[in-house]
Amino acid sequence: MTQMKWLAGAALAAAAWSGAAQAQTTLTMWYHGAGNEVEAKIVDQIIADFNASQTDWKVEMQSFPQAAYNDSVVAGALAGNLPDILDVDGPVMPNWAWSGYMQPLQIDEAAIANFLPGPKGYWNGQLYSIGLWDAAVALVTRQSYLDELGLRTPTLDQPWTKDEFMAALEAAKASGKFEYAFDPGMAWTGEWYPYAFSPFLQSFGGDIVDRTTYKTAEGVLNGDAAIAFGEWWQGLFANGYAQAAQDPADRDSGFAAGKYAFSWNGNWAAMNTLSQFPDTVFLPAPDFGNGPKIGAASWQFGVSASSQHPEGASAFIQFALQDKYLAAFSNGIGLIPPTATAAAMTDNYKEGGPMAVFYDLTKAQALVRPVTPGYVVQAKVFEKALADIANGADVAATLDAAVDEINADIEKNGGYGH
Amino acid sequence: MAAISADNHGLRLAVRYAVLILIAIIFVFPLVFMLMSSLKPDQQLLQDTASLRAFLPVGDISLANYSAAFDRAPVTLFIFNSVVVTGITVVLSLLVCSMAAFAFVFIGWRGREFLLTVILATLIVPFETIAIPLLLIASKLPSIGLDGLSTGWLNSYHVQIVPFIADGLTVFLFVQYFKDLPSELIEAARVEGASWPQIYRRIVMPLAGPVLATAAILKFLAMYNQYLWPLMVVQEEGYRPVMVGLQYFFQQNVAWGEVMAYLSMITVPVLAFYLYLQRAFIASIASTGVKG
Repeated sequence: MTQMKWLAGAALAAAAWSGAAQAQTTLTMWYHGAGNEVEAKIVDQIIADFNASQTDWKVEMQSFPQAAYNDSVVAGALAGNLPDILDVDGPVMPNWAWSGYMQPLQIDEAAIANFLPGPKGYWNGQLYSIGLWDAAVALVTRQSYLDELGLRTPTLDQPWTKDEFMAALEAAKASGKFEYAFDPGMAWTGEWYPYAFSPFLQSFGGDIVDRTTYKTAEGVLNGDAAIAFGEWWQGLFANGYAQAAQDPADRDSGFAAGKYAFSWNGNWAAMNTLSQFPDTVFLPAPDFGNGPKIGAASWQFGVSASSQHPEGASAFIQFALQDKYLAAFSNGIGLIPPTATAAAMTDNYKEGGPMAVFYDLTKAQALVRPVTPGYVVQAKVFEKALADIANGADVAATLDAAVDEINADIEKNGGYGH
Repeated sequence: MAAISADNHGLRLAVRYAVLILIAIIFVFPLVFMLMSSLKPDQQLLQDTASLRAFLPVGDISLANYSAAFDRAPVTLFIFNSVVVTGITVVLSLLVCSMAAFAFVFIGWRGREFLLTVILATLIVPFETIAIPLLLIASKLPSIGLDGLSTGWLNSYHVQIVPFIADGLTVFLFVQYFKDLPSELIEAARVEGASWPQIYRRIVMPLAGPVLATAAILKFLAMYNQYLWPLMVVQEEGYRPVMVGLQYFFQQNVAWGEVMAYLSMITVPVLAFYLYLQRAFIASIASTGVKG
């Protein structure tokens, strides 16, 4: 009898164990951070915490190197092999949503009410993705340079005007101390161009595409404001303030080596610069007439359209939005926390922190890139146009050609659903 | 007179060697740069690129980049995957393509000229144009594994091997080589009653050393450098090859020293394979005029 009880007990225990194991449905997740040890550690921690926090879902992650990630997702979509959860670069999200790779998130939007606007990925009025951080660009220099050159330190309330900015570049050039007054980051190609340089165009009053309809670039990418921007852009290189062709090594270490007086760079590089020069200052973007602007939106999480468990995938994403994780990413890789409460928990972005200015910059100046599926093409056209203009191409003709190319693509794709 | 002639000969020899050494240096420099850079910290590496120091083991030399490369990515796994995929593909490709070429050259059958033309025509079709249809096919093929029958070949070794076993270039190399073999040998064997498989195994293949080496090296390089196809069909890290693994090192701030260390490590199998087959490869190029 005792043996029978023992056996029955063992059977019950086995059934209970097996039931618990079966109760957790596996959710697959793709992430772009392979090779980034710090980032991977934080994501692994979130997954472990989520898996332990409930019994319904179990997230399993596959990491991809960033440079190969978008192509892998597109191939996965073609092969019908997308995961439940994927991450997506903010400006690319509308394209993936429009292409049918993603579905709207099922999360309580009250949970993101206090988020900065950049990390919220809306398309067609629905939330498709949400970021655990944002990124910002600033005009990086040293207070000692400003003092030596006799320049006013611009503030968020009183950024430099175009004239002041150009006077600053001229003063740096005339000092003879630097190889070039300004390092816009020409060695970084790809998404850097629209992310970093289209805000200049927007500050002039132009844009990559007409955001009122998203059906044409006519008048915004080749109008008077855009041509004024193009001529200013070309003048940076023609007048010797910046170099059109830059060695990647100079981009990485040129500012530290004293080659440039001002560098247009992101918050991800700020920790390194601060450690080299404690008097580093991060200045707001100049106002070229239509208000100072910087780019916004970085990598975000979303749910694939083919997921059979969108409620589980959304539950994981909502779980990841806790301030402690937002702060962990910020402390780990220097990114901007998307909430003020998370910022207060970080070393760098808390009030008085060495990089707190980036949070304020994002809040005050950030403008997301055009929210349209056509952006992925428009970004490449914009990049080519700016590279050509930097190398001396005719401004008006180049921008007209870019408009034609963008409009032809919009037409070919039936207006991208706008 | 004889002394002048000997002097001229010596001078010509010196000039010839000087030119050869110069050419050798030009070809070896990138490898030396890679190896030396893999031993330097990033800041020094970038500073040295502007001078001859880039080719010298000077400054702060260490194996730190190698250690960091192993921390950043599963380097051994990537090399193992590439060697497995490349090795199996090369062996199967040599077997299948040499058999096909044997049938085209030695066995008379209707339509062989047409079929050979079709196969050779595939040489002008870039892989990129067939990649998407191939992906769709691979994702729908049945597969038998430990879990039983399933659909889709994605995330496996065989999806990286099977599509590349047969290819027009390797068939072409074998056809060209087989055509130059003395036909009397084959005729004599047939008269003696040898079967086609016997002729293939005992007569033709033992004479095919140079073309085997050439085809093996070309196939090895093509497979070892695969990037687009594994990117499309492999989502699991466990099956990733070296070239996709290289992307692990291109973060926002590229760790150039680690990139050089990783490249140095993944170059070792290529160099070892080439050195092993070098003699036969050169003999093949000398005899057929085929260039790699």
